[in-house]
Amino acid sequence: MRLVILETAESVAEWAAKYVMKRINDYNAGPEKYFVLGLPTGSTPFGMYKKLIEYHKAGKVSFKYVKTFNMDEYVSLPRDHPESYHYYMWNNFFKHIDIDPKNAHILDGNAQDLAVECNAYEEKIKEAGGVELFIGGIGPDGHIAFNEPGSSLVSRTRVKTLAQDTLEANARFFGNDINLVPKQALTVGVGTVMDAKEVMILITGTHKSFALYKAVEEGVNHMWTVSAFQQHPHTLMICDEDATLELRVKTVKYFKALSDVHQKLIQEADSVEKFRIFH
Amino acid sequence: MKDLTQFVNCKILRDHKIIREDLWVRNGQVVDPEKVFFDEKIKANIIVDCQDHLIAPGFIEVQINGGMGFDFSYHDNTEEGIDAVAKSLLSHGVTSFCPTVVTSPKEIYHQILPKIKRRKGDRNGATILGVHAEGPFINKDKKGAHPENCILEHDGSLSTLEKTYGSMQNIKIITLAPEFPDSCKLIKQLTNNDIVVSLGHSTADLAQGEDAVNCGATFITHLFNAMLPFHHRDPGLVGLLTSKNIPKDKIVHFGIIADGIHTHPAALRIAYKVHPEGLVLVTDAISALGLHEGKYKIGQLDIDIRDGKAYVAGTNTLCGSIATMIECVKFFMEATACGPEFAIDAASFHPAKLLGIENTKGTLSFGADADFILLNDNFEIDSTWIAGQKVWMNQDINH
Repeated sequence: MRLVILETAESVAEWAAKYVMKRINDYNAGPEKYFVLGLPTGSTPFGMYKKLIEYHKAGKVSFKYVKTFNMDEYVSLPRDHPESYHYYMWNNFFKHIDIDPKNAHILDGNAQDLAVECNAYEEKIKEAGGVELFIGGIGPDGHIAFNEPGSSLVSRTRVKTLAQDTLEANARFFGNDINLVPKQALTVGVGTVMDAKEVMILITGTHKSFALYKAVEEGVNHMWTVSAFQQHPHTLMICDEDATLELRVKTVKYFKALSDVHQKLIQEADSVEKFRIFH
Repeated sequence: MKDLTQFVNCKILRDHKIIREDLWVRNGQVVDPEKVFFDEKIKANIIVDCQDHLIAPGFIEVQINGGMGFDFSYHDNTEEGIDAVAKSLLSHGVTSFCPTVVTSPKEIYHQILPKIKRRKGDRNGATILGVHAEGPFINKDKKGAHPENCILEHDGSLSTLEKTYGSMQNIKIITLAPEFPDSCKLIKQLTNNDIVVSLGHSTADLAQGEDAVNCGATFITHLFNAMLPFHHRDPGLVGLLTSKNIPKDKIVHFGIIADGIHTHPAALRIAYKVHPEGLVLVTDAISALGLHEGKYKIGQLDIDIRDGKAYVAGTNTLCGSIATMIECVKFFMEATACGPEFAIDAASFHPAKLLGIENTKGTLSFGADADFILLNDNFEIDSTWIAGQKVWMNQDINH
């Protein structure tokens, strides 16, 4: 596992965007070979999308041969609701880039049969050849996507009932009325994300620092589902200084000493593969 | 497959705000691109680069007497006149209008009104939403440029109106003076027949105005003009802008001529400050719109154009403006410092609301008719579009 520690949330967004751009460009995607990207929503990745749009407008990256799979979506929330992840993705990313609408996948929380929808989603990922790079954020309780504490670490895409903590945290997006917060969501499983060739997790802010500590310094634990990625061969955690507050000094120092290597990951000349051997 | 057009590199006026957003149009209507993206999974097949211009809803003109030398109240060449004005309005940013017929003899109404049919706009001219019949049931004391001998009284019955106008099928707005007996009864019948009743050319006091509004009137014709001047003990029809004796959820709209002549900038500011949501910009333009100085005809009257103003021949009585809608929008914006959002709304969304068509006209919301204009930073009209088709282009700024 790599832990990239950067100064601020803005630098996390920029680093993540540069990394995504580099991976797409290195991949030499084309009509026969699509780059498959797993995507999150929320405030942490917002800055990354903004940067990616900027790079796209500057002609540095194209999404013409990219397929995307979003992590999750609320159940029974109208799709044009400002809190729906369809709305988020359209307004914050898709409408600004050149992706073919056929290649942008988001779970349908209004599907007639939710179980069928979830199974079909897994199939679609498989058909696309699996996810090359899955990007995620985490909650203060260490959940990845809507894999709430206690989720199976081999779970697949399914309907998930949201934890009380999540409902309370999300109430602010629904006029501070917890009754308006959707109680269920469709989400990819921890196992679904584990199958990706590479996983990049963005963690910013002091309120996520305890979760980062659990993810990095404690053992694999299904009560902190993000900790499962300790066992993934290519996990990249990108955090800001604030998120490191609960880490040991030696952990922080260790990863900061690797910052030269980390910078090379996003430099334009060399392929990312070249640096895979350094950890 | 139907063409799906994406207007890019633009700002748009939507929900009273100017935002940086693309406009998507299909089949003559504004469409929701998010739905197209996720449901149909297709991209636009036509991309229009707007060169950073502002896309605003096309203007809706509810009071215009003629233009290009044609007068809608003159019986010889009605169709020709309507066609010529409808076409020239495109260059003023107007995509829909209500041709206005002033007080005229019965025979004239019978000849003219059937010829002014509602019709959809295209490159030949702006959409016709129905006639604005200004008179003849008005007050002789506030006749303005209307011929006194043609002014009539009514008895509160629709049949009297039908006798005067002939078929009322093509009429959308009627301006009348509400101070005469049985006005309420008449207003109720008209509004039940989907005709907008406007108060004007009247000496009504505020109480009479309030009665008329409570009976269904929703509009005031060219505020401040041809009505009692504002007085602090009886504010007259002007007082309707702040009346507490009309239902709270009801918006009384009022037409205002912001040509810099018919209404003083200070009066524009007063109207804007006290009742912005009712403000509707009208030109009240006459046949000389688009013509040079000289002698012309409005209805049965001769008029003079001197110093950019239109007078009843041989007098100093103003009889209508010769300003274009875009000029009025600009003048209003400068006079009130209201910002472009409000100024444009006052010439598009507000009149649409008055006519009860705000879901399809005067707005760029999803599902609305794609009638719009492109404006450059100098507030000049770059091009005019109806149902998603370009119907006019400014040759002076597009080389």
